[in-house]
Amino acid sequence: MSMFGWDKVGEHMYLVLMASLFAALIGLILGICCYLFKPARNPIMWLVDVLQTVPALATLGLIMILFGPTKTTVIIGLTLYSLLPIVRNTYVGLENIDPGIKEAAVGMGMTEMQQLIKVEVPLAFPMIFTGIRIAIVNSIGTAVFGAFVGGGGLGSVINRAIMIQDMDTLMKVTLILMLMAVIFDYGMGYIEKRLNQDQGMATAGSSA
Amino acid sequence: MTSFLDKYGDMLLKASLVHLQYVLTSVGIAFVIALIVGILLSRAPNISRAVIPLLGIFQTIPGLIFIGVLFIYLGIKPITVLVALTIYAIFPILKNTYTGIIGVDPSLKEAAKGCGMSDMQILFKVELPMAMNPIISGLRMATIYTVSWAVLAAMIGLGGLGEFVYRGIETNNQVLIIGGAIPSAIIALGLGYLIDYVHKKITPRGLQGGA
Amino acid sequence: MIVYENVTKKYGDVTVVDNLSLTIDDGEFLVLIGPSGCGKTTTLKMLNRLIKYDEGNIYIDDSNIKEINPVELRRNIGYVIQQIGLFPNMTIEQNISVVPSLLKWSKEKQHKRVRELLEIADLSYEENAHKYPRELSGGQQQRIGVLRAIAAGPPVVLMDEPFGALDPITRDILQDELKALNKKLHKTIIFVTHDMGEAVKMADRIVFMNEGKVLQAASPEEMLENPAHPMISRFMGKLSYSRSGNDLICADVMRLKVLTVPETKKTLECIELMKQREIDSVIVVDKNNKYKGRANIEDIMEHGKPGEPIIKMVKLDTPSVMVNTNAKDAFDHLIATNIDYLAVLNRDKTVAGIITKTSMTKSLASVVWGDDNDYND
Ligand SMILES: Nc1ncnc2c1ncn2[C@@H]1O[C@H](COP(=O)(O)OP(=O)(O)OP(=O)(O)O)[C@@H](O)[C@H]1O
Ligand SMILES: [Mg+2]
Repeated sequence: MSMFGWDKVGEHMYLVLMASLFAALIGLILGICCYLFKPARNPIMWLVDVLQTVPALATLGLIMILFGPTKTTVIIGLTLYSLLPIVRNTYVGLENIDPGIKEAAVGMGMTEMQQLIKVEVPLAFPMIFTGIRIAIVNSIGTAVFGAFVGGGGLGSVINRAIMIQDMDTLMKVTLILMLMAVIFDYGMGYIEKRLNQDQGMATAGSSA
Repeated sequence: MTSFLDKYGDMLLKASLVHLQYVLTSVGIAFVIALIVGILLSRAPNISRAVIPLLGIFQTIPGLIFIGVLFIYLGIKPITVLVALTIYAIFPILKNTYTGIIGVDPSLKEAAKGCGMSDMQILFKVELPMAMNPIISGLRMATIYTVSWAVLAAMIGLGGLGEFVYRGIETNNQVLIIGGAIPSAIIALGLGYLIDYVHKKITPRGLQGGA
Repeated sequence: MIVYENVTKKYGDVTVVDNLSLTIDDGEFLVLIGPSGCGKTTTLKMLNRLIKYDEGNIYIDDSNIKEINPVELRRNIGYVIQQIGLFPNMTIEQNISVVPSLLKWSKEKQHKRVRELLEIADLSYEENAHKYPRELSGGQQQRIGVLRAIAAGPPVVLMDEPFGALDPITRDILQDELKALNKKLHKTIIFVTHDMGEAVKMADRIVFMNEGKVLQAASPEEMLENPAHPMISRFMGKLSYSRSGNDLICADVMRLKVLTVPETKKTLECIELMKQREIDSVIVVDKNNKYKGRANIEDIMEHGKPGEPIIKMVKLDTPSVMVNTNAKDAFDHLIATNIDYLAVLNRDKTVAGIITKTSMTKSLASVVWGDDNDYND
């Protein structure tokens, strides 16, 4: 581990988590917009799909024009990249709620806002959580691009290792990246299972 | 704008073609390999139980790593980029091919067998058509990410649109960044739409929509 | 002719088909029935070699199926499964012509065959041939499933609970259609079900299996009358709860509390009894409780002498039915003869109950509404 310190790993995680946090907030809002305001659905879905389709380095390059070679640039780029799974899962999660439960909420005299916050978003949460998990795992890989726009992270370690043909470091970084991805994938996957179980009971109970 | 095109027009066109070439070649080869291996894995459930979770993990490896490793082994040659991108593109297609075939309703396979289809006929007439959706979405994912990672080919000096973006970033030349970013975005979006279009065209009505 | 000769199938130590011997004639409609896990499906699938067997032999027309290439074999045996299994990626026409196309029939021949088959099933070619399976209802899909199985004209068709997933009304219609189809085409059909009503309705012969062995192989009538094993009787018992009107037998719909009088009873006493109960006829039995006939109050009033035994007043030709007579036939009889009720007799000629026009309405209502009426009041 002489080639790099754990600080680079921390930096990498910082980029990923910050971006995922913003993506979760924005994605949730956009997903709810799609759900509440149907005409907005297609344009929003199209936009987040395009954002993910455009090559990462191109997006980062363009953002760099505005924000310079900083971590901000990378975080914005990763955020844009992470929106698709979160928006899509938020929307699908909300759409798939048992209509009976929604009706019950209306029947109890909830306003549309109360329904959304107290009933619908909590019920859609496991699905939204899955979206966030996918976004984080993807970002761990994509964040490697950050090094090219001055954002640091493990991408810079990889770059240097490639330049000086240091296979050892390259393998170590690969292993660390894989490990990070696996930890988040399985760890969050486990929480997801628990959420789904709890929810399964809650849903069964309330619709019975 | 005109002056940019005057100055870089030819280069840009050439770079776009190189970029497209990298992507199409590597994704094309990856598709064939992934399809074959995916089919073989679907016939060997014991091996697959061990291999498939690994595929999911390999899928998280950034394309840059493949480019880097092969650069160290093969040096600066176009083949380096091609092989790296091919390996990268194999994983999502392979995984989706396998899960798609395994996911085909067993009663359909039984019906096919009961009708007197040979294994090959079951594969081509039932399993592959039924697994079309995941296979094509794997292909789409592989293609789009490959366009993205191919931008990094420039890092080891092998042309493509990355050269513009890369050099633009290095020299803080906005015109160069935009000049490379827009065509690469167009290529990614164009290939994405092309795949969606073909997918829609070849999906029979009976498989379209929710079901 | 199909011959199972001492066929045994084991999974590990568990014997699921145990030394089974069975001969099935050409054109026979054979129904395999029995409790879940008794080996029906296994027996069926060994015939088209979807399942390998460990011991014994199976012959179709004297050729051992082990010596026939499985793919060839299956192309000559129709196969229908409960899950229907139409290929969603193919149109109805393509689905029906799967086997003909595997057999490399010419395009025109395939096309002609599809038209012919859809016509048999009363489905319009124009409306249905180019649809996809999911664009049809469940019942229509299974019709196509049956057509696909018979498309290449196989002499033998295997059906594994083909109507098990359909609603009762559709199931009933498809059963009738299949029966009619089979009368027309003379296929050998091996049909698996766990519904005794379905078995009785469809079968030439029912084979009742339990734990991999044949408990009884007999015609439906024979099996209903002489169940060889208590378990078979229990399966029959289920018949009375059958929801399909066609499956009901008289025992299901008769009234139990009937007034019977011994043949020696005096006419006057009988009239008193009838007045008390507000009924206008009695059923007369002998000293062994065996049915003799019925006596109407009008006849007694007109011709009867108070001190005579009631037997003198009995019309000996009054119609009766047996407990296992199909209820529908009994009702037809009731309507045709325009009498108010029919006596229902046990096998030993003792009176089990009566069928009235009210019991008919009730049982029909239960079929229509599916409620759990008690006919025995
Ligand atoms: N692949 C298998 N491995 C082990 N045991 C099996 C297998 N397939 C079937 N069995 C067992 O063999 C027995 C007979 O199965 P079969 O499917 O023939 O029953 P069945 O009479 O068709 O029952 P059902 O009415 O439930 O369809 C069952 O006990 C079943 O558990
Ligand atoms: Mg079965």
